[in-house]
Amino acid sequence: MSDVYAVTEHQAPDALDDVSYELLNAGRSAADDLGTDLVAVVMGADTEAYVDDLGVADRVVAIEDDTLEEFNPLGYASAVETVVDETDPRLLLTSVTSIGMDISPRVARSTDRPLLSYVTDIDVDGDEVVASSQLYGGKMFVDSSIGDENAILAVSRGAFEADGGREDGAPEVEELAVEPRETGIEFVERHEPEAGDVDITREDRLLAVGRGIEDEENIPMAEDAAAAMGAALASSRPLTDNGWLPKNRQVGKSGKTVQPDLYIAAGISGAPEHIEGMKDAGLIIAINTDEEAPIFDYADYGVVGDLFEVLPALEEQAD
Amino acid sequence: MDIAIPVRTVPDPVEELEPGPDGTDIDREWTEFVLNEFDEHAIEEAVLLKERRDEDDTITVVALDDGLADVEQMLYTAAAKGVDRLVRIGEVPAGLSTTQAASIFGSYLADTEFDAVFTGVQSAEDRVGQLAGMLGEDLDVPHISVITEVLVEDGRLEVEKEFAGGVTATYAVETPSVLGIQAASEPPRYVPVSQIRRAMRGADIEEVDVDDLDRGAGPGSEVVSLHEPERGEEAEMIGGSPDEASAEIVEIMGDHGMEV
Repeated sequence: MSDVYAVTEHQAPDALDDVSYELLNAGRSAADDLGTDLVAVVMGADTEAYVDDLGVADRVVAIEDDTLEEFNPLGYASAVETVVDETDPRLLLTSVTSIGMDISPRVARSTDRPLLSYVTDIDVDGDEVVASSQLYGGKMFVDSSIGDENAILAVSRGAFEADGGREDGAPEVEELAVEPRETGIEFVERHEPEAGDVDITREDRLLAVGRGIEDEENIPMAEDAAAAMGAALASSRPLTDNGWLPKNRQVGKSGKTVQPDLYIAAGISGAPEHIEGMKDAGLIIAINTDEEAPIFDYADYGVVGDLFEVLPALEEQAD
Repeated sequence: MDIAIPVRTVPDPVEELEPGPDGTDIDREWTEFVLNEFDEHAIEEAVLLKERRDEDDTITVVALDDGLADVEQMLYTAAAKGVDRLVRIGEVPAGLSTTQAASIFGSYLADTEFDAVFTGVQSAEDRVGQLAGMLGEDLDVPHISVITEVLVEDGRLEVEKEFAGGVTATYAVETPSVLGIQAASEPPRYVPVSQIRRAMRGADIEEVDVDDLDRGAGPGSEVVSLHEPERGEEAEMIGGSPDEASAEIVEIMGDHGMEV
């Protein structure tokens, strides 16, 4: 019987990323439902530091090689390919992250396995596995069946709780050797994010604006409203991509994860990448012209309205 | 340097989507389709690279056309931005999976000279995974995704890859290779209609028949249903005029111990 394997990730040399425990949580339920073992896959130059909190897994497969010290798309994909070739997993779970997005499609192609991505839920009925994927910027869920085929599921960040996958204890570790390959990719250097003028992860109140702000010239209006509310101005990705706000103001998957007491989202539809960065905020208030916007599913309160009317009104109220 | 950019169309992100009649796909008939925004960033980054280098690089955009979007205009817009060659693969089935798109692009590119393939890092329809890694495997070249800047240094591509929490890392990548572009290093440029019209007169679109290419196997999974998010824990809605709504927001904040 082939088992469920969860491919863990790390950016720091001495600890796994939280997303790894989310994946182990997802994997534990799937393995229990399928009646298989859950196996955690750890990779790196030195994997010893990663195995302490893997009590939720039945076994650990460790791949240690100097070439895996820094993330390398082909180096890591090859290592995972070796796991697939040697163990023939029923399900191989990966994450939809910068690391996972370089591993999953390549391995799916090289091992000829179906891949489902952006998975937020895994349902097992007998031998059949149905995974739910969140697509179209969070507007639609698509349930796909892989039947009883062995497959790769790339799980979205934030879909499962990390706490449910973190457990003391180091299960039995099996070392797996990889044949280092010529990747044509060389890691040069890492850059930590610049501190910038404001650290939005430390602010109690945030007013975040998105695509709905329409133009760079409308940013000062949002800044004024934020100031009046005692909040710092944050944003979703499109604004920092356009250079309208500095990168250190961006909330979401590729920006910061924030937990302020108050989070006002204005003109933000609520794409999964944004939700990932703010869903644990205290009081969430969303302002959007589209009453169907996914952001309203995560907000405590919602206003269906135009931010160009509501924000100035808020500023006036606050003054 | 020859840069190829495979591009796809996706539902306009501002569109409201509805399930189609059989409940396994979106209703494509009444939906507006636009160029995948990440592909637009891939085009921009290629054009920026060409401008910075000023060494007669050739950029080719290869578009899949399923007849639901104005692909011709997209291609001419790309030409107006600085793309040199325009290729349309026509008669492509609508709602094609990324695995099949990878096979079609892969079989076209296998017979083409290129040093780098720039693709959008993902599309809103990547249910079965993302293009860059699949193309890299099919073409047997390195790939790297979530890229926000591309330079050329000593004959290799020097790329910036983004990780979680604002961390980035520089990688040097040999050519030929495939890059999944997350965002161009500058916002995609706007081109006036007059320039697009000029491009229409100056540029030819090469037509490729999809039947001459490998359509690949299916995705290996079957869509059971497509549905909107369950709206279980929806927000409590605040009605009234903007003034009334904002007064209530301030009141709610007060209830939560937040003074304004």
